[in-house]
Amino acid sequence: MALKKYVATRLVTMFGVLMITLLLTISLVGSNMDTILKQGVVFQVRAEITEDPSIANSFASSEEFEEFVQNQIDQRIETLGLDEPWYSPQRIGLTMYKILLLDFGNATFLTSDSGSSDVKEIILEKLPRTILLFTTATIIISVIGIFLGALSGSKVGSVIDKITSSFAIISSSFPVWWIGMLMIFLFAFVYQIFPARATPPIPSSDPDYIISLLYHMTLPLITIVMIGFGAWAYLVRNFMVGIMQEDFIMSKKIMGISKKKIIYRHALKNAAPPIVTILALSLSGSLGGAIITEAVFDWPGMGRLYFEAITVMDLPIIIGATYILTVFFLISIFIADLLYGYFDPRVRTGQ
Amino acid sequence: MSSISPQEIKNEFTKSKMGIAGISILAILITISIVAIVTIPSETFSGWNNPGNWISYPKVAIPGWVNLFLIEKIPEHKILDEPIEKIETSGQISVISHQFGFNFDYDDFPNDFIYEFSAKYSGAPLLEIVVIRPDGVQLELLSTSLPNSKSETIHTERIFSTDESIRKKLVLQSNKFGFSLGKLSSEDIIFSQAENHQPLKGNYVYLINLYGVESQNEIPKSNLIIGGKAFGIMGTDELRRDLAVGLLWGTPLALFIGIVVAIASVTMGLIYGVYAGYKGKKTDEVLMRFNDVIYALPALPFLIILSVTISNSIFLMIGFLTIFGWVGVAKVSRSMALQIKTRGYIDAAEMMGQKKSKIIFRHILPQLLPYAFASIAISVPAAITTEAGLSFLGLGDPSFPTWGQILHDANVYGAASRGLWWWIMPPGMMIAITGLAFVFIGNALDVIINPKLRR
Repeated sequence: MALKKYVATRLVTMFGVLMITLLLTISLVGSNMDTILKQGVVFQVRAEITEDPSIANSFASSEEFEEFVQNQIDQRIETLGLDEPWYSPQRIGLTMYKILLLDFGNATFLTSDSGSSDVKEIILEKLPRTILLFTTATIIISVIGIFLGALSGSKVGSVIDKITSSFAIISSSFPVWWIGMLMIFLFAFVYQIFPARATPPIPSSDPDYIISLLYHMTLPLITIVMIGFGAWAYLVRNFMVGIMQEDFIMSKKIMGISKKKIIYRHALKNAAPPIVTILALSLSGSLGGAIITEAVFDWPGMGRLYFEAITVMDLPIIIGATYILTVFFLISIFIADLLYGYFDPRVRTGQ
Repeated sequence: MSSISPQEIKNEFTKSKMGIAGISILAILITISIVAIVTIPSETFSGWNNPGNWISYPKVAIPGWVNLFLIEKIPEHKILDEPIEKIETSGQISVISHQFGFNFDYDDFPNDFIYEFSAKYSGAPLLEIVVIRPDGVQLELLSTSLPNSKSETIHTERIFSTDESIRKKLVLQSNKFGFSLGKLSSEDIIFSQAENHQPLKGNYVYLINLYGVESQNEIPKSNLIIGGKAFGIMGTDELRRDLAVGLLWGTPLALFIGIVVAIASVTMGLIYGVYAGYKGKKTDEVLMRFNDVIYALPALPFLIILSVTISNSIFLMIGFLTIFGWVGVAKVSRSMALQIKTRGYIDAAEMMGQKKSKIIFRHILPQLLPYAFASIAISVPAAITTEAGLSFLGLGDPSFPTWGQILHDANVYGAASRGLWWWIMPPGMMIAITGLAFVFIGNALDVIINPKLRR
């Protein structure tokens, strides 16, 4: 019963956060969006009128003609509902309703590889690539991290522990994207093994595309893993150090159970709840970090899309991508919360 | 956690190698900051993005110290601005001569040379440029008259080595060379050995003579630039900027951003969390829900949108970073406050009728100070790397060039795939070292506060 209530509260909070995020995004870009939409209408109306020379000829003076054009523009703006400011409840409500149904409209400048300017299609094309790169990286990172962490956590003060800990501390202060630049310098300039730009040169319809994509993925993948696993190992190590001091581990040691068995069977099992929770969180966190990393490697995913959209102020894409990123982020926080509540009963009873 | 006195923390800290290392790095960084602020005028730094300021510097020049490790020396960029001045007058004719002497000891020809000057004269004086080479050969480069002016005027000009009349003059003197001058550029001719086309090492003298008739002429500004491929301690970038200036000035900026954001967000989180934990009940519930909302906002996309739509001013950026920085601290300090609340002396204080604000500030907050200091130290690198990341995306404040902005430019000009390591390595190293100093300090404190980690 308590778990159900816990899940329900979390769900409501998450939905609230999603709405607030949307509202914030819209209010931040709203006034810009308004001007762009209105300019679009003006452009469209003028284009339609100049297409038909007979309209212009039917006016005696140019002032009258200008007045007519202005009227047409005002009418169009009114029918589209743009005469009301962007912060009017109806317009915000309508925009949010559309976005909730994943209707992001058309992009202003950017297109997908296949040439579509539908924001949903663009995002659907880019999202799998980001998931491919970052999820693979996170999984590799967590596997290396857990083993290394368990190993050094069980041998506090040993050489491997010292190396792991210092590597973790040092790597945590290096920006991933800078290491990315160094890796490009090293493996694309000094030793020309990997390409400097991670976008495959062949179209996505080509059968070799997947292979090419994987080859281009290697350099970013190595970089992300290299910078990431240290922090993981350190985290797992610290959990392990705590657990290895617990009485039940001590008693197992006295009972003569082999050390390996204690580490992997008993200690790691007890460290699992926080580890799983952090795994869920870092999966989503990696998506957020993708923006800069993808910009460095020119990886054709969500992060680069977001960055490109910001540079040219393509608002529908900015809103759409923010929404999708937030949804992913919230889902993983939600899962992390649930796991935490499931593993640790104190949380869900609110003590 | 709370049983450690400040004195004990200090003692433990001075024993920790990591803590000492962190403090030492920090001291070095602070020294660098002071040196930067004192020695480099702020105009140089605020003109970072103004190409006009860097016109006499070389393009993508490698750091000068690289020559120490090379057998074939790369020509260094020389900016000569202190000529030896001689003024002679004989009858009606007066001559001002500026002499630039320099040692050219490299195994490659210079890129170019530029003579920039401003002359104060009346009439139409004659400007003559002559080079005296180490082998005694004298080459005439130019003799031209400055634009005629009846009244006294100031004329500013840059004479480039690509000037066609210089080349023509040199070709006329081709009998001094044992090889065909062909299509060689003027600097390749001037700095070449007479017999074969190899760089000639030694002391060169550039002689600039200004002949005037019946007038008092002056050359108030006179610089000779010998364009090289190596420059200064840190080299230059594609836009000719001296990277040493950017790197030095980046230090106080990064420290300022990091420390201000860290202190602001930890203070905010601490007070927020303690207040929620101490008040409890409905207040706690509402405050923590709000905390959850901020926690669930994706920080980087929001920071990007904020800096694009509102402003990329560095001070606002510090505010934005703080908005996303206090959440974690608030959560932890709330749970700590919950623990402390149950202790006897808080009850006692309440029973004595002390004000709630006094209880929070007198009895609860001081207990959390060690944790607060550790969190400040740990938050600094995050703030610095986030700002660097935003700058890297091109969203930095253009009037304050940070390390992230240097890396942004490096990325835009493809420095990594062009092998311009001196443009990429130092800014990133500085970011990493600065972060490391605080990580060291934070970890050392953390070990003292959570003895479990030490065992």
